Amino acid sequence: MAEVIRAEGLSKKYGELVAVDGVSFSVHEGEAFGYLGPNGAGKTTTIRMLVGLTRPTSGEALVNGHSILSDPVRAKESLGVVPESSNLYGELTAWENLVYMAQLYGLPKKEWASSAEELLREFGLAERKDSRFQGFSRGMKRRLTIAAALVHRPRLLFLDEPTTGLDVMSARGLRQVIRKLKENRVTIFLTTHLIQEADELCDRVAIIVKGKIRVIDTAENLRNQVRETEVLEIKPQFLPDSLPKELELLPGVEKATLIEDKIHLLGQSVHQAIPQIVNHLSEKKIQILSIKTLTPTLEDAFVKLTGVEAEVMRVDKPQKMGGVG
Amino acid sequence: MMGKEIKRIYYIARKDLKAYYLKPPLISWGLMLPIVFILAFYFRNPAGIEEVTPGLVGLTILFSATSMAAIVITFEKRTEALERLLLAPVSLGTILLGKTLGSALFGLLMGFVSMILVVLFFGLKISHPVSLVLALILSSVAFALMGILVSVGVREIFEAMTMSNVFRFPMVFLCGVFFPVTAMPLILQVIGFCLPLTYSVDALRQSLLSSGGLLPRYLDLLILAGFT
Repeated sequence: MAEVIRAEGLSKKYGELVAVDGVSFSVHEGEAFGYLGPNGAGKTTTIRMLVGLTRPTSGEALVNGHSILSDPVRAKESLGVVPESSNLYGELTAWENLVYMAQLYGLPKKEWASSAEELLREFGLAERKDSRFQGFSRGMKRRLTIAAALVHRPRLLFLDEPTTGLDVMSARGLRQVIRKLKENRVTIFLTTHLIQEADELCDRVAIIVKGKIRVIDTAENLRNQVRETEVLEIKPQFLPDSLPKELELLPGVEKATLIEDKIHLLGQSVHQAIPQIVNHLSEKKIQILSIKTLTPTLEDAFVKLTGVEAEVMRVDKPQKMGGVG
Repeated sequence: MMGKEIKRIYYIARKDLKAYYLKPPLISWGLMLPIVFILAFYFRNPAGIEEVTPGLVGLTILFSATSMAAIVITFEKRTEALERLLLAPVSLGTILLGKTLGSALFGLLMGFVSMILVVLFFGLKISHPVSLVLALILSSVAFALMGILVSVGVREIFEAMTMSNVFRFPMVFLCGVFFPVTAMPLILQVIGFCLPLTYSVDALRQSLLSSGGLLPRYLDLLILAGFT
């Protein structure tokens, strides 16, 4: 399989702050590659370096064989980008926006109209072709932004948090669009802070925390890594803050995390620790409301592999105020 | 390759003209101000209209070209639409030239229309049409670039307006718009001769009236070209 993206030791420093810390990976043709991490982990910075918007402090990236540093124009010709904010021109209509993109990407004049028409139809925006972008709903803006990234029919598409800020229906429709692109063998690089989304859409997932890649593997393998791990879910009557730390000290418990009003205990054979756990709780005079074993999810895998609480991942990024949103 | 880049410069400029510049309010406001001023000067002193026209046309170009360049770029920075251009397979030079061309064309249009109106209404005779057109074009480009320079340093639109005015308002007084540069104290003359509007107004005055030049009009044009 041909290598479409190759990142080698990519780093970005802003003064003292290290946003991305020497990440290396490669993405193959036709693959959907997920870049999963909490907000502020360095996902957007990585994308910006790969598409030539931000100059890396060190390291190199090749996109379709072209260096993004020394041959940015050729590299940019071969890729499409859907930025995190839907940033088309509010004053132009859907149609004008797409034609403008076709012009910038150097499409021959006779293909401008056909390309714009085809995309508008594909993304269900044909009736709104003469409406201005600024009047569109958030979901429609997102769809047109993806369409705009596809005017030159790139074989590689970058999507930065594609479903963030969308309602459930729009997000679902969008995932459908991404799946269809995948069927057409378009290589996809997608960042997300939603574990579910990475699991659903991506063949392979890189987990990035604090600028460093912790692990790269298939979603399947990541889940398997924790398959031998048991998850014990306990719902106590009340939850003192110190409880997870105390339970982690018990033999057989590797990791304890809070999930809403429940506590998840992970371990190779955590069920053998049940007597001690029950003892500990009754010593503390905490009544147990329920206790059960669960099959591990990608979320559990994430927690185990990264040590980052899954709670952190559920917080949606606050939307930017003003602008085109 | 070259032809492709030139086409893209043109597309970028055309998009800006379509999206922002050629809107009725902008055109009417861009023209209203100079016309009101020219009329005001005319009513006060009908004989002196020839004296103020070059300066006012120069100011029209200055204000339209700089504010458009500065505001449009800052606006697109805020909405992140500028990133679309940076994402496209287009070099930075092409983007800047496209943006400059758009604002310069707008400035040129405003200057040209106000000039034509004055010439038609007051029956002024143009003594050197070729250098007049050259002066209009070069001034537009020089002032558009000034606006772009301003937009590089600012984040907010109000900052862009304030910064442009820091440059522009002194130019109103120092560049021979209402009174000759030579009537000022020496130190201000020195500053005046460092500013492009001085040459723009001087070139316009000579091309229009064929009188009262500071410098030979071709030298004015050359210096304006130097500023761009």
